[in-house]
Amino acid sequence: MVLQAPDIVEKPVTARMTTVPRGSVRNRTRLRRKLADNAQAYVFLAAGLLCFALFSWYPLVKGIVLSFQQDNFVTAPSWVGLDNYRAVLADPLFATAWINTLEFTGLALLFGYAVPFVVALVINEFRHAKGLFRIAVYLPAMLPPIVSVLLWRYFYDPGSGLFNAILSFVHLPPGGWTQSPRMAMICLVLVSTWSNMGGATIMYLAGLANIPAELYDAVELDGASIWQRIRHVTIPQMRFVLLVLLLLQIVSTMQVFIEPYQLTHDQSGHHHRDDPDLPVRLHGQQRLRHGGRDERAAFPRTGRILRPLPAPDESAGVRSPI
Amino acid sequence: MSTTARTLISDADLRRRHGKLVYRLGFAGMAILFVLIFVFPLYWMFVSAVKTPVELAQPTPTLIPHEWHFETFLVAWQKLEIGHFMLNTALYAVGGWLIQLTVDVAAAYALSKLRPLFGNVILAAMLASLMLPAAALLVPAYLTVANVPIIGVNLLNTPWALWLPAAANAFNVYILKRFFDQIPNDLLDSASIDGAGRFRMLWNIVLPLSRPVLAVVSIFAIIASWKDFLWPLLVLQDPQSQTISVALSRLSFASYVTQNEMFAGLALASIPLIVVFLIFQRSILSGLSAGALKG
Repeated sequence: MVLQAPDIVEKPVTARMTTVPRGSVRNRTRLRRKLADNAQAYVFLAAGLLCFALFSWYPLVKGIVLSFQQDNFVTAPSWVGLDNYRAVLADPLFATAWINTLEFTGLALLFGYAVPFVVALVINEFRHAKGLFRIAVYLPAMLPPIVSVLLWRYFYDPGSGLFNAILSFVHLPPGGWTQSPRMAMICLVLVSTWSNMGGATIMYLAGLANIPAELYDAVELDGASIWQRIRHVTIPQMRFVLLVLLLLQIVSTMQVFIEPYQLTHDQSGHHHRDDPDLPVRLHGQQRLRHGGRDERAAFPRTGRILRPLPAPDESAGVRSPI
Repeated sequence: MSTTARTLISDADLRRRHGKLVYRLGFAGMAILFVLIFVFPLYWMFVSAVKTPVELAQPTPTLIPHEWHFETFLVAWQKLEIGHFMLNTALYAVGGWLIQLTVDVAAAYALSKLRPLFGNVILAAMLASLMLPAAALLVPAYLTVANVPIIGVNLLNTPWALWLPAAANAFNVYILKRFFDQIPNDLLDSASIDGAGRFRMLWNIVLPLSRPVLAVVSIFAIIASWKDFLWPLLVLQDPQSQTISVALSRLSFASYVTQNEMFAGLALASIPLIVVFLIFQRSILSGLSAGALKG
């Protein structure tokens, strides 16, 4: 083996030396070959590049450019510097929208991040029917979000809703749920957690299944209690999964749209006066007041709550500002 | 060497008398909780659809309906045009899936096996689009679709408004590329010596070996497009071209729809995905698990 090694190295060297005179020709064909290879590769890449360029990279640049422009989309846009940013920052509802979004994110993390971890810990201990638990917890994630939100709206209904019926069954006073300013945010978080915790639970379960059994055996021999085992084995071993899910959760909860959009309207499409979906409301008002779309680009993060042009059916309800 | 998987609590502990009792109680409690929280709402949705509007409006809801009006589903199907909107959604989902798969597989194959100049730069630029939330690009993306640069066409109210942006899916490209990376180059080299071209290698070697990853990418693509709400709400403003989710949202504000019909509509809209899930639950759940471990 050791003796053979130099042989292998030597071969190409001698081969190259014999071809020195014809090197330039070879190089040229090699170059042509390489160009052809690259061209072919780019043929395969073309469609993907085009899609990314048009619908991912271009909008990104356009969003930044728009935020410095005044544009009514009829006449040519004019540059206005930081005016849009100033207008947005001066708008008192902008701060409210941010506070609401952060409050939602905080609560959603508390529920949507911690609850699935506890659930996964418990399910992972089960020796039977683990598969059924996994299916059940992921079932709501398979409903179209609009279905879960509308379904929960009926649960929250102050008149004939399920939750108030349960409360009155155990002789408690009925709650206002989505119509009470105090509870509304919790209501949104509950729906969102219910429909989204499946994915997190499944991922936690995968992480738990990957923890080497020897670690538990070892700490148990040392007399660690269940709580100590969780603290010193489970959590450190799950660090990666915990981190990934934290990021995923923050990103997805910051983008919440459908829950506030759908839950805090009443049947006729009117917003409630003191509902928490100021983010959604902000846009309804801003569109009326400023008319332009460019301001939304100035704060792309809240751009998510832009109200679409109403469809004919709902227009009557939606257009009326609060 | 103990190779049996153990968890927080050892089997030995569970076999003790005390352990057995706690386990049974915990198991039963959790099972009841799961049924109440995750299955019961679905039961409620289906059952509310068959109740009469009068029964639904009662302050004390009934657990089992007094009368079963299954015809509500038929009424909802016709009156709310559920069939029409589901067909729309299916068209968007299947078309989007085919386009996504074609575009992303070709791109991933080029980046993984053909390795062109600047391939890594392109991959990085694609992955960068994962970093910022899709919602941040909503307005500029909407404007782009309304007037596509260079080509200058308006895609609003056409399926292309959903299909083409969906193809720019960095997540798919990344997953596919990572899978293709594991296919040994020797296989492709020997095929190349036998005279196979780039496309043939993709079609006859890479794709047949990639069935598992193609299945996962496909299922998630279809689920995602069925569930999508905000983007279709924006780009499909013509009520006739809407997806089922957007249509249900619009109908939920309409006064001519009774509550039981709405429940029937919700139930019908969720059946396709529930069926898909029950059939493919193994690949869906293992796809999610793999995602958690590999990031």
